[in-house]
Amino acid sequence: MTQWIKVCAQGDVANEDVMRFDHAGRTFAIYRSPSNKYYATDGLCTHEKVHLADGLVMDHIIECPKHNGRFDYTSGAAKGAPVCVNLKTYPVKVETGIVFINID
Amino acid sequence: MTEATYPRDYSLIGRDAKRAIGEGLANAQWYAAPIARARLKELMRRSDGPAIRDTLIWIAAFGATAGLAIYLWPSWWSVPFFLVYGILYGSSTDSRWHECGHGTAFKTRWMNDTIYQLACFMIMRAPTIWRWSHTRHHTDTIIVGRDPEISVMRPTVILKLIATYFAIPQTIAAFKHMFIHISGRLTPDEMTYVPEMERARVYLIAHIWLAIHFSVIAISLYLHSWLPVLLVGPLPTMYGAWVHVMTGQTQHGGLAEDVLDHRLNSRTVLMNPVLRFIYWNMNYHVEHHMFPMVPYHKLPKLYEEMKPFCPPANTSLFDAYREIIPAWLKQRKDPSYCIPRQLPEGTMAMICPIATE
Repeated sequence: MTQWIKVCAQGDVANEDVMRFDHAGRTFAIYRSPSNKYYATDGLCTHEKVHLADGLVMDHIIECPKHNGRFDYTSGAAKGAPVCVNLKTYPVKVETGIVFINID
Repeated sequence: MTEATYPRDYSLIGRDAKRAIGEGLANAQWYAAPIARARLKELMRRSDGPAIRDTLIWIAAFGATAGLAIYLWPSWWSVPFFLVYGILYGSSTDSRWHECGHGTAFKTRWMNDTIYQLACFMIMRAPTIWRWSHTRHHTDTIIVGRDPEISVMRPTVILKLIATYFAIPQTIAAFKHMFIHISGRLTPDEMTYVPEMERARVYLIAHIWLAIHFSVIAISLYLHSWLPVLLVGPLPTMYGAWVHVMTGQTQHGGLAEDVLDHRLNSRTVLMNPVLRFIYWNMNYHVEHHMFPMVPYHKLPKLYEEMKPFCPPANTSLFDAYREIIPAWLKQRKDPSYCIPRQLPEGTMAMICPIATE
């Protein structure tokens, strides 16, 4: 059965920004795009396990704070060196002002 | 931590590489100054404007100095123009390589990539190798056995150090590596940080570069003129290197090895606007290492934000070398010596690994 996990209130993530969300020993990154849509990926860069929540969101790109590796957070696609492995993404929904992710 | 054994083993596959991993110094968590997220976001924000402006000035300076040098050749009056051209070719390209490699100089990716490739050729740094070596340099800054970009190994060899100011060892190494790469191989150290999928590109670029270098020599021979080799290739890289080595050696010179705090192993030096244009503000080096996503043109603002958490900056190049040169001399006999840094009251140095989450 699909399990939706409550993450935060809609306003907790600034527009065109990212926040960290830890749950059950795992860490995730929750994004709010400039068009006000929410996305979720694994929280650590696939290159050297740095928290992406400390990085910079530019349009649909998240840039890792340590080595400037870039991912498309809407698809998880790695956008070139030094990141070579895609990020895992997770479904997100917003209901009554609350952001949920499905991490099954 | 166990005591380091001297002399240190700076290779990436030797005794100190194993020690760094065993001690938790590799891929470790580093000190970061507590700058508010909102302010950091403002500082990290990208734009094309400053780098386009600086690049237009840069290209114009190249054109003017090369044009006048060619026009006045073979008169001695051409020499000053060659000297300035050399600084543009062999020194300003260091910071362009660096900033565009981080992808922070311009907002637009292709602009970073274009200037990156051009600067790499001029300063003779294999673009793929150096992209990855610099990635490691940021992960494990001045960690012996991990960082491939430690430029002054201890004990200091003064003659070799002086030769670096004319890019002699760097140029020899660049050609040696080009010949290794065209044979479809990497060095054992390079194999530790360049992923398999990137290696074909290394070999391809080595072929292209060697073809260009030999073509320039052939043109010089055909024209019976020194001009082509004085303008393109290893000669301008060498005769123009001294400014980037002079500024670059202040980044980490004489400071601590094997610490997890950029305030102890990196140095910020205040410099004049001309040097900061050539160097693209890399004199704010503690700031750059702690927050590498901040573009060069925002580093002076980041410096102001970080001041309360950092040792005082060196006030000039002279001030920096006044502590670096005695340290290098001392490190000839005592490689364990490093320049101590005074941290602001109330801030703790991070010198040992801590448990990561």
